[in-house]
Amino acid sequence: MASLTQLPVPPSAPVRPAVGPRSRTKGPGRTRPNFLAGLGGWLWLAIIIVPVYYVVVTSLKNQAGFFASNPMMPPTEPTLDNYKLVLENDFAKYFANSLIVTVGSVIPALLVSFMAAYAIVRGKSKFLNWTNNLFLLGLAIPLHATIIPIYWMITRAHLYDTLLALILPSIAFAIPISVLILSNFMRDVPNELFESMRLDGCSDWSMMWHLALPMTKPAVVTVGIYNALGVWNGFLFPLILTQSPETRVLPLSLWTFQGEFSVNIPAVLAAVVLATLPLLVVYVVARRQLLSGLTAGFSK
Amino acid sequence: MSTTSGSSRRALQTGPSGWLAAPALAFFALFAIIPLFGVLFLSFTSWDGLGEIKMDGLSSWTTVLTDPVTGNALLVTAKIMFFSFIVQAPISLLLGVFTAAGQKYRAALAVLYFVPLLLSSAAVAIAFKALLDPNFGLGAGLGLPFLAQDWLGDSDLVLFVVVFVIAWQFVPFHTLIYQGGVRQIPASLYEAAQIDGAGRVQQFFNITLPQMKYTIITSSTLMVVGSLAYFDLVFVLTGGGPGYATRLLPLHMYLTGFKANDMGAASALGVMLVVIGLALALLLQRLGGKNRNASQMEGA
Repeated sequence: MASLTQLPVPPSAPVRPAVGPRSRTKGPGRTRPNFLAGLGGWLWLAIIIVPVYYVVVTSLKNQAGFFASNPMMPPTEPTLDNYKLVLENDFAKYFANSLIVTVGSVIPALLVSFMAAYAIVRGKSKFLNWTNNLFLLGLAIPLHATIIPIYWMITRAHLYDTLLALILPSIAFAIPISVLILSNFMRDVPNELFESMRLDGCSDWSMMWHLALPMTKPAVVTVGIYNALGVWNGFLFPLILTQSPETRVLPLSLWTFQGEFSVNIPAVLAAVVLATLPLLVVYVVARRQLLSGLTAGFSK
Repeated sequence: MSTTSGSSRRALQTGPSGWLAAPALAFFALFAIIPLFGVLFLSFTSWDGLGEIKMDGLSSWTTVLTDPVTGNALLVTAKIMFFSFIVQAPISLLLGVFTAAGQKYRAALAVLYFVPLLLSSAAVAIAFKALLDPNFGLGAGLGLPFLAQDWLGDSDLVLFVVVFVIAWQFVPFHTLIYQGGVRQIPASLYEAAQIDGAGRVQQFFNITLPQMKYTIITSSTLMVVGSLAYFDLVFVLTGGGPGYATRLLPLHMYLTGFKANDMGAASALGVMLVVIGLALALLLQRLGGKNRNASQMEGA
């Protein structure tokens, strides 16, 4: 998912989380079993699962076993040594760095995007209209084309090789899509609710927190997940804006493990498994939320 | 939409202050808009990434535009864009329809289909690098000689290998989009078609496809414009090689700037990337955007 946050997106219609199986009582394929579709479905499963299986199985082999045994067979003597090796190689630190950068980017991005979305939906000034158009334009531009000036700015600000160097542009790049989705949801909040709060003498500030926020909470969660995945798996900013092991994040660490362990493929693949494990846990625990977060703003 | 009608006291008010949008605007301007002009400016300079930035007229542009590697990068980008679209679009559409239906086994398959979404591009690339190894990967494991090729070392094959890995990583995302789209089609349409005696294939072409027009546009736009962002996957998988066989435009930009230390030329490539991305987004918007915006307004 790494690059998906940077994907330019056309403005799309208001979105509700695409969750909850809306079971169709009579859909295509209900009349008689569709064997052809079933076959295709299982075939695609094989394509998806074989690489995953290979990675897991290989990560449990020792190096001798890797060179000697059949690559697609489970190890005769499974070992967790590769995982130990990865964990001993500062994996926890890279994990912590990823966590800091993700939380440090997503929370501020949500905060400023939410405020902007509120102003854009509730406000009427030319300035706000113009701001909204600017964000929409931002969706259509491949923003990673700007890495060179960003690199210049970060080095000039003496932020090169710090976690803040990753956080600041990540916040900025998350804003256009966040504002778009949040404002689409906010338009669905009935105007009467705002009117009655206004009549009660509430300020915009308190309406924002006590009405708009509770009413758009699912959207905020969705946008948060979407941005978090993008930052967590992001590779380009860490590659150009950090250098030392002290500031290394997980995706970059996989790449450097690959260089350090080189021929020790099982260890490299153990690192891949370990780096994916946190998201796998989230997937198992909260699959629906995660999946709706992934397509935030894209489904019809 | 939310026009303020009603009490005369409120008619004087203009909604929330534009200042609420200021933090988001400031972040976005600083790390996206200014760099966008910055990349244009830097394309008229010469800079090695460390020393002084010197004005250099059009020399970066002359270098970039006369360099055959640039033309090759554009060609490789266009090829990958084309082939990855041709491969991904039909598979995602069919899988979206497949998983949207109610059968239990399809829901179970879908859970596994989405697993690649959890992996970072770096992880996917490393996994496939190992899997595609002719000696210790899939080919050797299954004992199938035609699978035991030097997939990543053969400059005729490698482009299609990259397209395959891109599809492996991104088809699940588009499947998810299509699944959401299919679920929004009213079941009554299918019921009526069944009464009229329409078969499965007829239903697909006469109901599913037309009803998913906007989903198809959204997904296709993301695929086409998104292929300008395939950086990390290809960078880790092939590094652009062998030779220049998979050197995509963004990769060419990165290597020119950060490996060959020619930030001026890299900026010129960045400008090209922005222009191509914007042009594609606008073109695709034109192709199906007009009605879409109208319906969006009605829906809002």
